Order: sequence, then structure tokens, then C-alpha cells
Amino acid sequence: MTDSHHPIIELRRVTKSFGRQRVLDEIDLQIERGKTTVIMGRSGTGKSVLLKHIVGLLRPDKGEVYYEGLRIDRLNERALVPIRRQISFVFQLNALFDSMTVLENVAFPMTENSTGRIDRVKIHKLASQCLNMVGLAGFDHKRPAELSGGEKKRVAIARAIAMDPPPKVILYDEPTAGLDPQRSDVINKLIRQMQQRFNVTGVVVTHDMKCTVEVGDRVLMLFNGRFVADGTPQEILESDEPHVRRFVQGLAEPGDIITLTS
Amino acid sequence: MRRENIVTASLRGLGTATLNGLSHFGRFWTFSAYAMSFIPLELVSVRGWRRLLPQCFFIGTRSVPVIMLTGMFIGMVLIVQGWAQFDAANMADRLGAIVMISVCSELGPVLAGVMLAGRAGGALTAELGTMNVTEQLLALRSMGADPVRFLVTPRFLACLLLAPILTCYADLMGTLGAYVVYLGVYGGESEPYWFYVRQTVELWDLGSGLFKAFFFGGAIGLVSCYNGFHCKPGAQGVGQACTQSFVISFILILMLDLFLGFLLNGLYSVWFGFRSLI
Repeated sequence: MTDSHHPIIELRRVTKSFGRQRVLDEIDLQIERGKTTVIMGRSGTGKSVLLKHIVGLLRPDKGEVYYEGLRIDRLNERALVPIRRQISFVFQLNALFDSMTVLENVAFPMTENSTGRIDRVKIHKLASQCLNMVGLAGFDHKRPAELSGGEKKRVAIARAIAMDPPPKVILYDEPTAGLDPQRSDVINKLIRQMQQRFNVTGVVVTHDMKCTVEVGDRVLMLFNGRFVADGTPQEILESDEPHVRRFVQGLAEPGDIITLTS
Repeated sequence: MRRENIVTASLRGLGTATLNGLSHFGRFWTFSAYAMSFIPLELVSVRGWRRLLPQCFFIGTRSVPVIMLTGMFIGMVLIVQGWAQFDAANMADRLGAIVMISVCSELGPVLAGVMLAGRAGGALTAELGTMNVTEQLLALRSMGADPVRFLVTPRFLACLLLAPILTCYADLMGTLGAYVVYLGVYGGESEPYWFYVRQTVELWDLGSGLFKAFFFGGAIGLVSCYNGFHCKPGAQGVGQACTQSFVISFILILMLDLFLGFLLNGLYSVWFGFRSLI
């Protein structure tokens, strides 16, 4: 089922708790094909948890997760492999393998997912092209430990697109976290280019408003395990919803304000 | 709110600890069985060997110097401790054979296991624990690679296969160390030393030590990898996992040594009868 009118990813009444804390509370979400959807919200509201449900890294306590119309939340790890070959994940901490060079890191998804005899020359050539694409030509033989935060993020993005064929979906977990505004801008532009060049569906979770506005076709705000807003970046910026307004303006929720005691 | 009675609280704590222990025990065996299920696949694939050989280098080759050194000193010290008694009984010539049996069947495998647990086991837990807390294990899963097959099976196999080889080095150096002290420090005679070694030490002694080492290596590999995969977040979590790994491996080595000792002695008695060493 690859009907372009159907959502590529769908979550139905997904609930997830850790201990007594309910992180996702009957979430419904449909991700449109070929667009970039941003899920924003303050830290600890379950944005990353939601993202991990999409690729089967976490399973919901209740509810259903669909990819291309196929229910995936009940599939075992082996059955999830073909799905994961179509979805790339850019982790918040980049998750580059320290024991490998940059080139080996980028080539890893292709090496691991190739069947039969591996054509290393072809794979390394493709990986090198992906590194060129993110502006890291000549970084092939460096180790992740030798890179800056922005360079690591770009390697992680290169690894996300290094698939043959390219992925249908890229999930970005806090892509600009820990980066300075200029580096963040580089990453935002890269995310935009990925979508335009490969027609890839993007799901970005972030608490960075600049990133939200620059990369999002659609923006949702997660608050206390539920979505409290859904619209275009412009609609979100102009929203009257109190939680959204406070988040956009960078104001604390009334209950969060801490007064120093003597 | 009523305060909980101290007896009830203690019982509840004990119950929770027991359940946690049982849960970990169950998860450990599931994890181990899952890791072992990939062994045939890894051994017949080129990719499997590509993953195994670097681990063999790290776990085996890099451990050789420290294990040889340990074996040598153990052999030396056993001669130092036994010389006075054996010499007084006019049996100093037989001391080498006793030391060699002790080293080959008992101290060699146990000390090689302990050194392997300390050097390689701790490093494996730290490596996998760091990969766990930096989301690298999740990244492997998200790319369709099985982290257990990719990371655990090669490390387990390397420990399993190389522990007996490392034990051979410990045995060899233990024997040489003992001979050097016997000859150089106490002025013993070479010919009767080797005569009694040949007469007393059997292939069984060497084989039983290597058989034990095989189990010790397997235990070290599985415990180290399990703790790395299940460590708590943060630097403290990784540190705790490394300590836990070494302590559990050490206790397991001693427990396995006892049970395998019973088993092997029983088998020897059934097959060959009683053997006098003096």
C-alpha cells in the first residue's frame, strides 16, 4: 500500500507510560508523505519517545502504529528489519560508532543491509558521495572523536541518507540540540534540502523554534502527553493557545516557576 | 498515613530483591541463549569472521603478556612456599610435578580467567555500556542490525575460544617459572625434576584445565556483555556495570571451578581409579 493520499505513518490512540508516569496519552497522529512534520514541545514531554515508536524501538502500552498501512507495533525485531530499511533515524547524540571511521559509519547501513556478496568499492563510493553532500569531503578516515558537534551531526545525516535506494522517511531527534545558531542553520538547511532532493518524508522533534519554523511544513505541539496544537508554522506562531504561546515566547509555565527560599 | 511496620518493610524489601534477582537471572539466560543462537551463522559467514577476528586480537593477543606474567609468578611462588616442607621430607625432586599439576589443572585456568575478566571483561562492559548510553545500540537496531549478533556473539566467541589458549600460556610460564626458582634459587637438580614431572603429570591434568578454561571464558564473555547491555545511564552507571561484571565473573569462575572439579575428579575416579601423587 503506497497510495500517496494515505498517510505514510499513522499512530492511533498510542499510550506509553514509564512506571507511574504517562508520557504519551492516547496520541493520534498522521504523517503526510513527502512533507516535513515538526513535533515541538518542552524537554521531557515524550517527543523522542513518540519518535521511537515510529520505528519500533519502543512499543506502545496501548494503541496502534502503522507504516504504509501495515501495523508494525506487534511485529518482532526480524519482521521490522524491512521497515527499518526504509526509515532512517538521526539520534540526538548522533550515535556514531566510535570504533569505525567516518566513512565506515556512513557506509554501515548499506553494508549491513546488503544481501549476498558485498561490493565494498561501490558502497564506499556511495558513502563518500553522501559525505560530499553534507560538506564533509575529505573526512573519510577521521574518527567520530575527532569531529566537532556540528560535524558529527552532519555525519549522522549523511548516514541517514546513505541507503540504496534512499530512505522514504527520516526521523530527526533534536537535530540542532547543542549547536550554535550558525551550525543550527546549516543543519536546518540540510534537512530542507533532504526533503526537496529526495522527496523524503521528515519527522523532526525539537524544542528549537527557529528549526521549527525553517524546516516544518506542519507543526504539532506536544504537552503533557497530548497534542495541544496542529498547524502550519505561521499558524503556530500566531496561535492563541496558552501553552503554545508561552512556548513560542519562551515563557515558563506558571507551575514551573521556582522561587528561591532563604 | 500509617507508617510501615519494620518487619513488613524488611519482608517487602527481601521480596523485591528476590524478584529482581530472579528477573535478572531469567533475562541473563534468555540473552545468553539468543547470543549463542547466532554462533553457527557467524562462523559460516565472511562478515562474522570480520567481526570475530578483531575481538580475538583485543581479547586474546593483548591479554597474553599479563597472563604469562601471572602464570610465571604463580609457578615461582608455589616452589618458594613448598620447598621447605618437601626438602625436609627429602622429596624436593617431586615438588616440580606437584606444582605443575596445581598450575595446569587449577591455578592456571582460574588465574587466566580472573585476569581475562579484569582486563578484557571490564573493557567489554565499558565499551558496550558506553554504546548503550550513547544510543549506539538503538542506532544499530534502527538500521536493521541485531546488536546481540553484531556485538555480543563475536565477543562471546572470542572469550570462549581464547580462554583455553591463554590458559596454555599461563601453564607454560607457570612451569618455567617454577623450574627457574627450583634450579636457580634452591639449586635443585634438573634431571629428577623432569623425571617426576613426566612420571606424575598426565594429559588429563592439562586437558581438565583447558576444559575448565573454556567454561570460564564463556562465562566472562556473557556476563560482561550482559552487564554492558543492561547498564544504567551515565558515567556512574557504566562504572557500576564494570565493577559488577568483574565481581560476578570472579564468583562464577570460582563456582564453576568447584563444580567442574567435582565432575572431573569423579570422571577420573570412574575411568582411571585412584592416583597417588607422592
